[in-house]
Amino acid sequence: MVAEPAIEARSIVRSFAAIPAVDGVDLVVRPGEFLTIFGPNGAGKTTLLRLLCGLLRPTKGEIRLMGFSPSRNELEVKARIGLIAHASFLYGGLTARENLLFYARLHGLTRPAALVDQRLAEVGLSSRAGDLVRTYSRGMQQRLTIARALLHDPEVVFLDEPYTGLDQQASRMLRALLDSIRGRGRTVMMVTHNLEEGLELSSRVAIMSRGRLVEDRPASGLTRHQLEALYASKVDAWTS
Amino acid sequence: MDLLRKAGAIWMKDLRLEWRTLDSISGMFFFSLLVLVIFNFTFDFTTADFKEIGPGVLWVTFTFAGILSLSHSFVIEKEGDCMQGLLLAPVDPGSIYIGKMLSNLTMMLGVEVILVPLSAVLFNYPIYGKMGSLAAVLGVSTLGFAGVGTLLGALTARTRRGEVLLPLLLFSICVPIIIAAVQTTKVVMRGGPLSDAKEWFMIAAAFDAVFVSASFLTFQFIVEE
Repeated sequence: MVAEPAIEARSIVRSFAAIPAVDGVDLVVRPGEFLTIFGPNGAGKTTLLRLLCGLLRPTKGEIRLMGFSPSRNELEVKARIGLIAHASFLYGGLTARENLLFYARLHGLTRPAALVDQRLAEVGLSSRAGDLVRTYSRGMQQRLTIARALLHDPEVVFLDEPYTGLDQQASRMLRALLDSIRGRGRTVMMVTHNLEEGLELSSRVAIMSRGRLVEDRPASGLTRHQLEALYASKVDAWTS
Repeated sequence: MDLLRKAGAIWMKDLRLEWRTLDSISGMFFFSLLVLVIFNFTFDFTTADFKEIGPGVLWVTFTFAGILSLSHSFVIEKEGDCMQGLLLAPVDPGSIYIGKMLSNLTMMLGVEVILVPLSAVLFNYPIYGKMGSLAAVLGVSTLGFAGVGTLLGALTARTRRGEVLLPLLLFSICVPIIIAAVQTTKVVMRGGPLSDAKEWFMIAAAFDAVFVSASFLTFQFIVEE
Protein backbone atom coordinates (compact mmCIF):
# COMPACT_ATOMS: atom_id res chain seq x y z
CA MET A 1 0.00 0.00 0.00
CA VAL A 2 1.31 3.46 -0.92
CA ALA A 3 1.51 5.79 2.06
CA GLU A 4 -0.74 8.87 2.08
CA PRO A 5 1.19 11.92 0.81
CA ALA A 6 2.44 14.11 3.64
CA ILE A 7 1.57 17.21 1.63
CA GLU A 8 -0.84 17.30 -1.28
CA ALA A 9 -1.92 20.45 -3.10
CA ARG A 10 -4.23 20.35 -6.10
CA SER A 11 -4.44 23.42 -8.36
CA ILE A 12 -4.28 25.86 -5.46
CA VAL A 13 -4.74 29.54 -6.14
CA ARG A 14 -4.54 32.35 -3.62
CA SER A 15 -5.24 35.88 -4.76
CA PHE A 16 -4.90 39.17 -2.92
CA ALA A 17 -7.16 41.86 -4.43
CA ALA A 18 -7.53 39.78 -7.61
CA ILE A 19 -3.73 39.45 -7.98
CA PRO A 20 -2.71 35.79 -7.69
CA ALA A 21 0.20 35.24 -5.28
CA VAL A 22 -0.05 31.49 -5.78
CA ASP A 23 -1.35 30.57 -9.17
CA GLY A 24 -2.39 26.96 -9.74
CA VAL A 25 0.23 25.03 -7.77
CA ASP A 26 0.12 21.22 -7.85
CA LEU A 27 2.38 19.53 -5.34
CA VAL A 28 2.73 16.07 -3.80
CA VAL A 29 5.34 15.49 -1.10
CA ARG A 30 5.78 11.93 0.18
CA PRO A 31 6.52 11.18 3.85
CA GLY A 32 10.24 11.49 4.59
CA GLU A 33 10.98 13.77 1.63
CA PHE A 34 12.95 16.97 2.12
CA LEU A 35 11.73 19.47 -0.44
CA THR A 36 13.34 22.87 -0.86
CA ILE A 37 11.54 25.46 -2.96
CA PHE A 38 13.80 28.19 -4.28
CA GLY A 39 12.52 31.41 -5.74
CA PRO A 40 13.07 35.15 -5.84
CA ASN A 41 11.38 37.55 -3.44
CA GLY A 42 7.69 37.91 -4.29
CA ALA A 43 7.51 34.53 -6.02
CA GLY A 44 4.73 33.37 -3.66
CA LYS A 45 6.82 30.98 -1.55
CA THR A 46 5.69 32.29 1.84
CA THR A 47 2.07 32.45 0.70
CA LEU A 48 2.30 28.82 -0.44
CA LEU A 49 3.75 27.85 2.95
CA ARG A 50 1.03 29.73 4.84
CA LEU A 51 -1.63 28.03 2.70
CA LEU A 52 -0.19 24.60 3.46
CA CYS A 53 -0.02 25.38 7.21
CA GLY A 54 -3.66 26.44 7.27
CA LEU A 55 -2.86 30.06 8.14
CA LEU A 56 -4.45 31.14 4.85
CA ARG A 57 -7.33 29.60 2.96
CA PRO A 58 -6.91 29.05 -0.79
CA THR A 59 -9.09 31.02 -3.18
CA LYS A 60 -9.33 27.84 -5.29
CA GLY A 61 -8.03 24.30 -5.09
CA GLU A 62 -7.63 21.68 -2.41
CA ILE A 63 -4.95 20.97 0.20
CA ARG A 64 -4.45 17.83 2.27
CA LEU A 65 -1.80 17.18 4.90
CA MET A 66 -1.30 13.56 5.96
CA GLY A 67 -4.76 12.92 4.52
CA PHE A 68 -6.43 15.72 6.51
CA SER A 69 -7.88 18.90 5.08
CA PRO A 70 -6.54 21.97 6.93
CA SER A 71 -9.95 23.65 6.67
CA ARG A 72 -12.08 20.70 7.79
CA ASN A 73 -9.66 18.96 10.22
CA GLU A 74 -7.87 22.05 11.44
CA LEU A 75 -6.78 20.77 14.87
CA GLU A 76 -5.58 17.38 13.57
CA VAL A 77 -3.41 19.13 10.98
CA LYS A 78 -2.01 21.71 13.39
CA ALA A 79 -1.05 19.03 15.91
CA ARG A 80 1.13 17.41 13.23
CA ILE A 81 2.96 20.38 11.76
CA GLY A 82 5.66 22.79 12.89
CA LEU A 83 6.60 26.10 11.29
CA ILE A 84 9.83 28.05 11.51
CA ALA A 85 9.09 31.43 9.95
CA HIS A 86 10.52 34.96 9.87
CA ALA A 87 8.66 35.80 13.07
CA SER A 88 9.58 33.94 16.24
CA PHE A 89 6.06 33.57 17.74
CA LEU A 90 7.78 34.08 21.11
CA TYR A 91 6.81 36.41 23.95
CA GLY A 92 9.66 38.73 24.89
CA GLY A 93 8.23 39.18 28.40
CA LEU A 94 8.41 35.45 29.16
CA THR A 95 11.51 33.36 29.74
CA ALA A 96 12.56 30.73 27.20
CA ARG A 97 11.25 27.95 29.48
CA GLU A 98 7.92 29.75 30.04
CA ASN A 99 7.48 30.26 26.29
CA LEU A 100 8.06 26.59 25.53
CA LEU A 101 5.88 25.44 28.46
CA PHE A 102 3.08 27.65 27.16
CA TYR A 103 3.26 26.13 23.68
CA ALA A 104 3.58 22.62 25.20
CA ARG A 105 0.29 23.22 27.06
CA LEU A 106 -1.38 24.43 23.86
CA HIS A 107 -0.26 21.21 22.18
CA GLY A 108 -1.55 19.19 25.16
CA LEU A 109 1.82 17.45 25.57
CA THR A 110 2.35 15.04 28.45
CA ARG A 111 5.30 15.69 30.82
CA PRO A 112 5.90 19.13 29.29
CA ALA A 113 8.62 20.21 31.74
CA ALA A 114 10.96 17.33 30.86
CA LEU A 115 10.31 17.80 27.14
CA VAL A 116 10.99 21.53 27.35
CA ASP A 117 14.31 20.91 29.14
CA GLN A 118 15.27 18.40 26.45
CA ARG A 119 14.49 20.82 23.61
CA LEU A 120 16.35 23.64 25.33
CA ALA A 121 19.39 21.39 25.67
CA GLU A 122 19.17 20.43 21.97
CA VAL A 123 19.40 24.06 20.90
CA GLY A 124 22.05 24.90 23.50
CA LEU A 125 19.95 27.27 25.58
CA SER A 126 19.73 25.39 28.90
CA SER A 127 21.95 27.88 30.69
CA ARG A 128 19.78 30.83 29.58
CA ALA A 129 16.41 29.06 30.01
CA GLY A 130 15.36 31.34 32.87
CA ASP A 131 16.14 34.60 31.06
CA LEU A 132 13.53 36.76 29.39
CA VAL A 133 13.45 36.22 25.62
CA ARG A 134 13.71 39.97 24.98
CA THR A 135 17.26 39.81 26.38
CA TYR A 136 18.26 37.21 23.75
CA SER A 137 20.30 37.96 20.64
CA ARG A 138 18.70 37.38 17.22
CA GLY A 139 20.56 34.09 16.83
CA MET A 140 19.46 32.84 20.26
CA GLN A 141 15.86 33.79 19.51
CA GLN A 142 16.05 31.86 16.27
CA ARG A 143 17.38 28.80 18.12
CA LEU A 144 14.49 29.07 20.56
CA THR A 145 12.12 29.41 17.60
CA ILE A 146 13.48 26.11 16.31
CA ALA A 147 12.90 24.50 19.72
CA ARG A 148 9.33 25.86 19.74
CA ALA A 149 8.56 24.54 16.28
CA LEU A 150 9.97 21.08 17.03
CA LEU A 151 8.61 20.85 20.58
CA HIS A 152 5.80 18.43 19.69
CA ASP A 153 7.93 16.40 17.26
CA PRO A 154 5.83 17.34 14.21
CA GLU A 155 5.41 14.95 11.29
CA VAL A 156 5.79 17.79 8.78
CA VAL A 157 8.14 20.73 9.34
CA PHE A 158 7.79 23.89 7.29
CA LEU A 159 10.68 26.34 7.14
CA ASP A 160 10.48 29.85 5.74
CA GLU A 161 13.94 31.32 5.13
CA PRO A 162 15.18 29.67 8.35
CA TYR A 163 18.81 30.76 8.00
CA THR A 164 18.02 34.48 7.91
CA GLY A 165 19.85 36.28 10.71
CA LEU A 166 21.56 33.18 12.06
CA ASP A 167 25.18 33.27 13.09
CA GLN A 168 27.53 30.46 12.04
CA GLN A 169 26.98 28.45 15.21
CA ALA A 170 23.18 28.69 14.95
CA SER A 171 23.30 27.78 11.23
CA ARG A 172 25.34 24.66 12.05
CA MET A 173 22.91 23.78 14.82
CA LEU A 174 19.91 24.21 12.53
CA ARG A 175 21.54 22.06 9.85
CA ALA A 176 22.23 19.32 12.43
CA LEU A 177 18.65 19.50 13.73
CA LEU A 178 17.21 19.33 10.21
CA ASP A 179 19.48 16.38 9.48
CA SER A 180 18.19 14.60 12.58
CA ILE A 181 14.56 15.37 11.63
CA ARG A 182 15.19 13.93 8.19
CA GLY A 183 16.88 10.92 9.79
CA ARG A 184 13.72 10.28 11.83
CA GLY A 185 11.69 10.05 8.63
CA ARG A 186 9.90 13.36 9.09
CA THR A 187 8.83 15.40 6.07
CA VAL A 188 10.45 18.78 5.61
CA MET A 189 9.50 21.58 3.24
CA MET A 190 11.72 24.63 3.14
CA VAL A 191 11.36 27.79 1.09
CA THR A 192 14.25 30.14 0.49
CA HIS A 193 15.63 32.60 -2.01
CA ASN A 194 19.18 31.69 -1.05
CA LEU A 195 20.65 28.99 -3.29
CA GLU A 196 23.50 28.34 -0.83
CA GLU A 197 21.10 26.87 1.71
CA GLY A 198 19.52 23.52 1.87
CA LEU A 199 20.70 21.76 -1.26
CA GLU A 200 22.87 19.27 0.65
CA LEU A 201 19.93 18.21 2.87
CA SER A 202 17.25 18.19 0.20
CA SER A 203 15.97 15.07 -1.51
CA ARG A 204 14.02 17.20 -3.96
CA VAL A 205 14.22 20.78 -5.20
CA ALA A 206 11.65 23.00 -6.86
CA ILE A 207 11.76 26.51 -8.24
CA MET A 208 8.90 28.94 -7.88
CA SER A 209 8.38 32.07 -9.92
CA ARG A 210 5.36 34.37 -10.17
CA GLY A 211 3.18 32.08 -8.09
CA ARG A 212 3.95 28.93 -10.09
CA LEU A 213 6.23 25.94 -9.67
CA VAL A 214 8.38 26.13 -12.78
CA GLU A 215 10.71 23.26 -11.90
CA ASP A 216 10.41 20.22 -9.64
CA ARG A 217 13.07 17.50 -9.66
CA PRO A 218 15.11 15.17 -7.42
CA ALA A 219 18.10 16.80 -5.77
CA SER A 220 20.40 13.80 -6.14
CA GLY A 221 23.25 14.48 -8.50
CA LEU A 222 22.46 18.18 -8.67
CA THR A 223 25.45 20.40 -7.95
CA ARG A 224 25.36 24.01 -6.73
CA HIS A 225 26.46 25.25 -10.15
CA GLN A 226 23.81 23.21 -11.94
CA LEU A 227 21.17 24.53 -9.54
CA GLU A 228 22.32 28.10 -10.15
CA ALA A 229 22.16 27.60 -13.91
CA LEU A 230 18.75 25.96 -13.67
CA TYR A 231 17.47 28.73 -11.40
CA ALA A 232 18.74 31.46 -13.69
CA SER A 233 17.18 29.88 -16.77
CA LYS A 234 13.81 29.18 -15.12
CA VAL A 235 13.41 32.41 -13.16
CA ASP A 236 14.76 34.63 -15.93
CA ALA A 237 12.53 32.90 -18.48
CA TRP A 238 9.47 33.51 -16.31
CA THR A 239 10.25 37.04 -15.25
CA SER A 240 11.36 38.39 -18.64
CA MET B 1 -12.45 20.33 28.80
CA ASP B 2 -9.60 20.69 26.32
CA LEU B 3 -11.06 24.02 25.20
CA LEU B 4 -11.08 25.34 28.78
CA ARG B 5 -7.63 23.93 29.62
CA LYS B 6 -6.07 25.74 26.66
CA ALA B 7 -8.06 28.89 27.44
CA GLY B 8 -6.62 28.66 30.96
CA ALA B 9 -3.08 28.44 29.57
CA ILE B 10 -3.66 31.63 27.52
CA TRP B 11 -5.24 33.38 30.51
CA MET B 12 -2.31 32.49 32.79
CA LYS B 13 0.20 33.54 30.13
CA ASP B 14 -1.46 36.96 29.79
CA LEU B 15 -1.56 37.45 33.56
CA ARG B 16 2.08 36.45 33.87
CA LEU B 17 3.06 38.96 31.16
CA GLU B 18 0.98 41.65 32.85
CA TRP B 19 2.43 40.86 36.27
CA ARG B 20 5.96 41.31 34.85
CA THR B 21 5.32 44.66 33.19
CA LEU B 22 2.14 46.05 34.83
CA ASP B 23 1.58 47.80 31.48
CA SER B 24 -2.23 47.64 31.51
CA ILE B 25 -3.02 47.66 35.22
CA SER B 26 -0.84 50.66 36.06
CA GLY B 27 -2.26 52.68 33.14
CA MET B 28 -5.82 51.72 34.02
CA PHE B 29 -5.35 52.48 37.71
CA PHE B 30 -3.75 55.90 37.32
CA PHE B 31 -6.19 56.90 34.59
CA SER B 32 -9.13 55.89 36.83
CA LEU B 33 -7.66 57.69 39.81
CA LEU B 34 -7.31 60.89 37.76
CA VAL B 35 -10.90 60.65 36.53
CA LEU B 36 -12.20 60.16 40.08
CA VAL B 37 -10.16 63.10 41.36
CA ILE B 38 -11.46 65.32 38.53
CA PHE B 39 -15.07 64.31 39.32
CA ASN B 40 -14.39 64.96 43.00
CA PHE B 41 -13.47 68.56 42.17
CA THR B 42 -16.23 68.96 39.56
CA PHE B 43 -19.15 68.16 41.85
CA ASP B 44 -19.71 69.67 45.25
CA PHE B 45 -20.48 66.60 47.29
CA THR B 46 -21.56 68.64 50.30
CA THR B 47 -24.74 69.34 48.32
CA ALA B 48 -24.71 66.73 45.51
CA ASP B 49 -25.82 63.21 46.38
CA PHE B 50 -23.18 60.63 45.48
CA LYS B 51 -25.86 57.93 45.44
CA GLU B 52 -27.36 59.63 42.38
CA ILE B 53 -24.21 60.78 40.55
CA GLY B 54 -21.79 58.09 41.77
CA PRO B 55 -22.98 55.18 39.59
CA GLY B 56 -22.45 57.26 36.43
CA VAL B 57 -19.06 58.48 37.68
CA LEU B 58 -17.95 54.93 38.49
CA TRP B 59 -19.09 53.39 35.21
CA VAL B 60 -17.57 56.17 33.09
CA THR B 61 -14.31 55.49 34.91
CA PHE B 62 -14.52 51.68 34.62
CA THR B 63 -15.42 51.62 30.94
CA PHE B 64 -12.79 54.13 29.81
CA ALA B 65 -10.16 52.35 31.90
CA GLY B 66 -11.34 49.05 30.41
CA ILE B 67 -10.59 50.35 26.91
CA LEU B 68 -6.91 50.55 27.89
CA SER B 69 -6.85 46.87 28.83
CA LEU B 70 -8.82 45.77 25.77
CA SER B 71 -6.65 47.62 23.29
CA HIS B 72 -3.47 46.28 24.96
CA SER B 73 -4.77 42.71 25.01
CA PHE B 74 -3.98 42.00 21.36
CA VAL B 75 -1.02 44.37 21.10
CA ILE B 76 1.01 41.86 23.14
CA GLU B 77 0.23 39.25 20.48
CA LYS B 78 1.71 41.46 17.75
CA GLU B 79 5.22 41.29 19.19
CA GLY B 80 6.94 38.33 17.52
CA ASP B 81 3.71 37.78 15.54
CA CYS B 82 2.51 35.61 18.43
CA MET B 83 -1.10 35.61 17.20
CA GLN B 84 0.11 33.48 14.28
CA GLY B 85 1.78 31.19 16.82
CA LEU B 86 -1.55 30.77 18.63
CA LEU B 87 -3.39 30.13 15.37
CA LEU B 88 -0.78 27.59 14.32
CA ALA B 89 -1.17 25.57 17.54
CA PRO B 90 -3.94 22.95 17.77
CA VAL B 91 -6.18 25.34 19.64
CA ASP B 92 -9.81 26.10 18.92
CA PRO B 93 -10.16 29.85 18.26
CA GLY B 94 -12.84 29.74 20.97
CA SER B 95 -10.11 28.88 23.50
CA ILE B 96 -8.16 31.96 22.45
CA TYR B 97 -11.29 34.07 22.86
CA ILE B 98 -12.10 32.68 26.32
CA GLY B 99 -8.48 33.04 27.51
CA LYS B 100 -8.24 36.62 26.27
CA MET B 101 -11.68 37.50 27.65
CA LEU B 102 -10.77 36.09 31.06
CA SER B 103 -7.55 38.10 31.18
CA ASN B 104 -9.40 41.31 30.27
CA LEU B 105 -12.11 40.52 32.81
CA THR B 106 -9.52 39.85 35.52
CA MET B 107 -7.73 43.14 34.87
CA MET B 108 -10.92 45.18 34.76
CA LEU B 109 -12.29 43.56 37.92
CA GLY B 110 -8.90 44.00 39.61
CA VAL B 111 -9.02 47.74 38.99
CA GLU B 112 -12.69 47.93 40.05
CA VAL B 113 -11.95 46.12 43.33
CA ILE B 114 -9.42 48.85 44.18
CA LEU B 115 -11.47 51.77 42.86
CA VAL B 116 -14.80 51.07 44.56
CA PRO B 117 -13.40 51.36 48.13
CA LEU B 118 -11.20 54.26 46.99
CA SER B 119 -14.22 56.14 45.61
CA ALA B 120 -16.08 55.43 48.85
CA VAL B 121 -13.28 57.20 50.70
CA LEU B 122 -12.94 60.04 48.16
CA PHE B 123 -16.67 60.75 48.04
CA ASN B 124 -17.33 59.93 51.70
CA TYR B 125 -19.85 57.25 50.86
CA PRO B 126 -20.35 54.13 53.06
CA ILE B 127 -20.28 50.88 51.04
CA TYR B 128 -20.24 48.54 54.05
CA GLY B 129 -23.18 46.13 53.82
CA LYS B 130 -23.59 46.68 50.07
CA MET B 131 -20.45 44.91 48.93
CA GLY B 132 -22.15 41.62 48.01
CA SER B 133 -24.71 43.31 45.77
CA LEU B 134 -22.07 45.63 44.29
CA ALA B 135 -19.82 42.64 43.52
CA ALA B 136 -22.68 40.92 41.65
CA VAL B 137 -23.42 44.07 39.62
CA LEU B 138 -19.76 44.66 38.82
CA GLY B 139 -19.22 41.01 37.85
CA VAL B 140 -22.22 40.71 35.53
CA SER B 141 -21.79 44.12 33.88
CA THR B 142 -18.02 43.87 33.43
CA LEU B 143 -18.39 40.40 31.88
CA GLY B 144 -20.54 41.75 29.03
CA PHE B 145 -18.26 44.72 28.45
CA ALA B 146 -15.10 42.57 28.46
CA GLY B 147 -16.79 39.91 26.30
CA VAL B 148 -17.67 42.31 23.48
CA GLY B 149 -14.45 44.28 24.00
CA THR B 150 -12.28 41.20 23.51
CA LEU B 151 -13.87 40.48 20.14
CA LEU B 152 -13.59 44.09 19.01
CA GLY B 153 -10.04 44.34 20.41
CA ALA B 154 -9.05 41.45 18.12
CA LEU B 155 -10.80 43.10 15.18
CA THR B 156 -9.34 46.58 15.65
CA ALA B 157 -5.82 45.31 16.42
CA ARG B 158 -5.62 44.34 12.74
CA THR B 159 -6.72 47.72 11.43
CA ARG B 160 -4.99 51.05 11.06
CA ARG B 161 -6.25 53.55 13.65
CA GLY B 162 -7.59 50.63 15.68
CA GLU B 163 -7.17 52.58 18.92
CA VAL B 164 -9.75 55.12 17.62
CA LEU B 165 -12.07 52.49 16.20
CA LEU B 166 -12.23 50.35 19.35
CA PRO B 167 -14.01 52.82 21.68
CA LEU B 168 -16.35 53.94 18.89
CA LEU B 169 -17.49 50.39 18.14
CA LEU B 170 -17.44 49.20 21.73
CA PHE B 171 -19.48 52.02 23.24
CA SER B 172 -22.02 51.81 20.41
CA ILE B 173 -22.65 48.13 21.14
CA CYS B 174 -22.34 48.36 24.93
CA VAL B 175 -24.87 51.17 25.48
CA PRO B 176 -27.51 48.73 26.88
CA ILE B 177 -25.18 47.11 29.39
CA ILE B 178 -23.68 50.41 30.52
CA ILE B 179 -27.16 51.86 31.14
CA ALA B 180 -28.21 48.66 32.95
CA ALA B 181 -25.00 48.76 35.03
CA VAL B 182 -25.57 52.38 36.06
CA GLN B 183 -29.22 51.78 36.95
CA THR B 184 -28.48 48.61 38.96
CA THR B 185 -25.58 50.28 40.77
CA LYS B 186 -27.86 53.23 41.61
CA VAL B 187 -30.42 50.92 43.27
CA VAL B 188 -27.67 49.20 45.28
CA MET B 189 -26.11 52.52 46.33
CA ARG B 190 -29.48 53.82 47.48
CA GLY B 191 -29.47 50.90 49.89
CA GLY B 192 -32.19 48.87 48.16
CA PRO B 193 -31.94 45.13 47.61
CA LEU B 194 -30.72 43.86 44.24
CA SER B 195 -34.21 42.48 43.59
CA ASP B 196 -35.42 46.11 43.24
CA ALA B 197 -33.26 46.34 40.10
CA LYS B 198 -34.31 42.93 38.83
CA GLU B 199 -35.25 44.17 35.34
CA TRP B 200 -31.98 46.02 34.80
CA PHE B 201 -29.98 43.12 36.21
CA MET B 202 -31.79 40.73 33.86
CA ILE B 203 -31.03 43.01 30.90
CA ALA B 204 -27.33 42.90 31.84
CA ALA B 205 -27.42 39.10 32.25
CA ALA B 206 -29.24 38.68 28.92
CA PHE B 207 -26.69 40.97 27.23
CA ASP B 208 -23.91 38.76 28.63
CA ALA B 209 -25.56 35.57 27.40
CA VAL B 210 -26.24 36.88 23.89
CA PHE B 211 -23.12 38.92 23.22
CA VAL B 212 -20.54 36.67 24.89
CA SER B 213 -21.96 33.64 23.02
CA ALA B 214 -22.02 35.57 19.72
CA SER B 215 -18.47 36.81 20.28
CA PHE B 216 -17.26 33.28 21.08
CA LEU B 217 -18.84 31.95 17.88
CA THR B 218 -17.62 34.73 15.58
CA PHE B 219 -14.09 35.12 16.98
CA GLN B 220 -12.73 32.57 14.49
CA PHE B 221 -13.78 34.73 11.53
CA ILE B 222 -12.16 37.80 13.06
CA VAL B 223 -8.70 36.29 13.59
CA GLU B 224 -8.57 34.30 10.36
CA GLU B 225 -6.86 35.86 7.35
